[in-house]
Amino acid sequence: MYQQPNESGHFGQFGGRFVPETLMPAVLELEAAYNEVKDDPDFLKTFHYYLADYVGRETPLYYAERLTEKLGGAKIYLKREDLNHTGAHKINNALGQALLTKHMGKKKVVAETGAGQHGVATATACALLGLDCVVFMGAEDIKRQKLNVFRMELLGAKVEAVHHGSATLKDAVNEALRYWVSHVEDTHYIIGSVVGPHPFPQIVRDFQSMIGRETKQQFKEKTGTLPDALIACIGGGSNAMGMFYPFVDDTSVKMYGVEAGGHGVETGKHAATLTGGSVGVLHGTMTYLLQDGDGQITEADSISAGLDYPGIGPEHAHLKDINRVEYVSATDKDALFGLKLLSETEGIIPALESAHAIGYLPELAQSMGKDQSIVVCLSGRGDKDVETVKAVLGGQNHE
Amino acid sequence: MSKQQLETRFKQILDQGDKLFVPYIMAGDGGLDVLNERIDFLADCGASAIELGLPFSDPVADGETIQQAGIRALKSGTTVQRVFDTLKQSKDRNIPIILMTYMNPVYHYGIDAFAKACVASGVSGLIVPDLPMEEEQAVTDVLHQYDLALIRLVALTSPVARQKELKKRTEGFLYAVTVTGTTGERQTFTDRVHQYLADLKVGATTPVLAGFGVSSEEQVKNLARHCDGVVVGSRIVKAFHDGEKDVIKALIEASKQ
Repeated sequence: MYQQPNESGHFGQFGGRFVPETLMPAVLELEAAYNEVKDDPDFLKTFHYYLADYVGRETPLYYAERLTEKLGGAKIYLKREDLNHTGAHKINNALGQALLTKHMGKKKVVAETGAGQHGVATATACALLGLDCVVFMGAEDIKRQKLNVFRMELLGAKVEAVHHGSATLKDAVNEALRYWVSHVEDTHYIIGSVVGPHPFPQIVRDFQSMIGRETKQQFKEKTGTLPDALIACIGGGSNAMGMFYPFVDDTSVKMYGVEAGGHGVETGKHAATLTGGSVGVLHGTMTYLLQDGDGQITEADSISAGLDYPGIGPEHAHLKDINRVEYVSATDKDALFGLKLLSETEGIIPALESAHAIGYLPELAQSMGKDQSIVVCLSGRGDKDVETVKAVLGGQNHE
Repeated sequence: MSKQQLETRFKQILDQGDKLFVPYIMAGDGGLDVLNERIDFLADCGASAIELGLPFSDPVADGETIQQAGIRALKSGTTVQRVFDTLKQSKDRNIPIILMTYMNPVYHYGIDAFAKACVASGVSGLIVPDLPMEEEQAVTDVLHQYDLALIRLVALTSPVARQKELKKRTEGFLYAVTVTGTTGERQTFTDRVHQYLADLKVGATTPVLAGFGVSSEEQVKNLARHCDGVVVGSRIVKAFHDGEKDVIKALIEASKQ
């Protein structure tokens, strides 16, 4: 049975713990603490209590009938992570790790955020559990996601702007890591995706894997079988990993990860790490990266701030290498098309991140039979993106 | 210079009663044209070895000063290959060069090719701050073949057992990180630092050097009293950038008897 990672935190050749010595004791402490709680009935009871009564789980698995008809191929189901408290799947992990922070006796939390969804989720979990919270966010992303910045501040978090580099998610992770190195003795780093040094990729995956577990159960209840395909968008890859992991051993289920193709992978202006990158080490882990010929990390480019990351979770890199998941890409244009499509056919405005999965859907659905089914992980809602989308589409109906 | 020559040189300096002084400079900051000149200047001032930074786009162990130096170096077209080529131009210099860079540029160049290039350019060893002992084997297997030193970093947060293990594994010297944080000038150090350095000295088979945050003559003297010497980075980088060569001379002088 599939059970990654190994003891040293590697997924095949990927993963590991490439962090400064100052952080190693914290990383080892985290691993020990996580091993204490991961099967502990009391911890899990508390986690599930908050997931049910506070987050609003389980989220529905919704049959998108009009979208199915419109595309004319396989039946499409949406796993409605957009209906979670705070509007995306990010709260699952933030809550799990905030509880873990308390278990370790730490009172302070640092986090990074791209689109702001993980920042909002972390600020929320910290408010709920009485933890201090500082969030690093790229200055460019702060401009793109003003509302989420204000939301974090309302929740009592301190938002620190990062001006280095491309001033997006990668730079926010650098700064959060530097902050963690300097405050490691009383601070836990709640990383927002299945990236970073071991045990983060495993912890985040596990704290997101109710997405896949619920989906399996709900789909069985509705149809008595398993879906034929799963599809999810990928930046660092946490919603996809949460959806895919419980299905890895179900070989009849095909899995598709959709990366952000930006202006198109062939233009070099994209965030499609697995499609257009190569192996290297960034932010504590060995994985696929966007880098130049000298091993310098290059800037990712995507309309979606949450996918704008030049790395990817090491487990995805492994799943690519063992050919268990097919990784594809959708461009900015595809995502905007997906956003409009889902809004108009189902009355659901998806986050720009999730819209990448929808954007790839026509191709996939139409290549499959009408008797087959696809589950889309609808990772977040689109309220935060309305300004960005209006700037591109121009609100053409009223101007 | 080989690993053995590095060790011999350090021993000679310590035997004559001086402390070790290893300045850090960023390759390509100010252009690669000035690199060999800067190395020679530091050698003339009495530096024991040079820690030469290879710029990386995402240096998580570095503070603002060295980050900015790295950005300047990359903007001026510095690449790993060009640094090796520049070093080769005067590889018979009389001072050991230790390269400091992150794992990705080494991995991307190819660990074996990187080690070969180090030997061909007269480099004695490597410091890789994001390579903890848990991940080092793929690198040390290669470095040992080429007789290159891997200098291990030990931190204030390292528990005693890790300190001991790092002390045992390190080659050339033990790099004792004196702050819980990134590189960059500090006004003061935690009270624990003197005891920490003294503990590291017990049973150490290599010299122990204090680094991170060291930026004044007084700090050089103070810290070196409890170990075998210091590494000074951000202050040297800043001094070269601002053209303050006297500051560099005085800092190095502070490590002498």
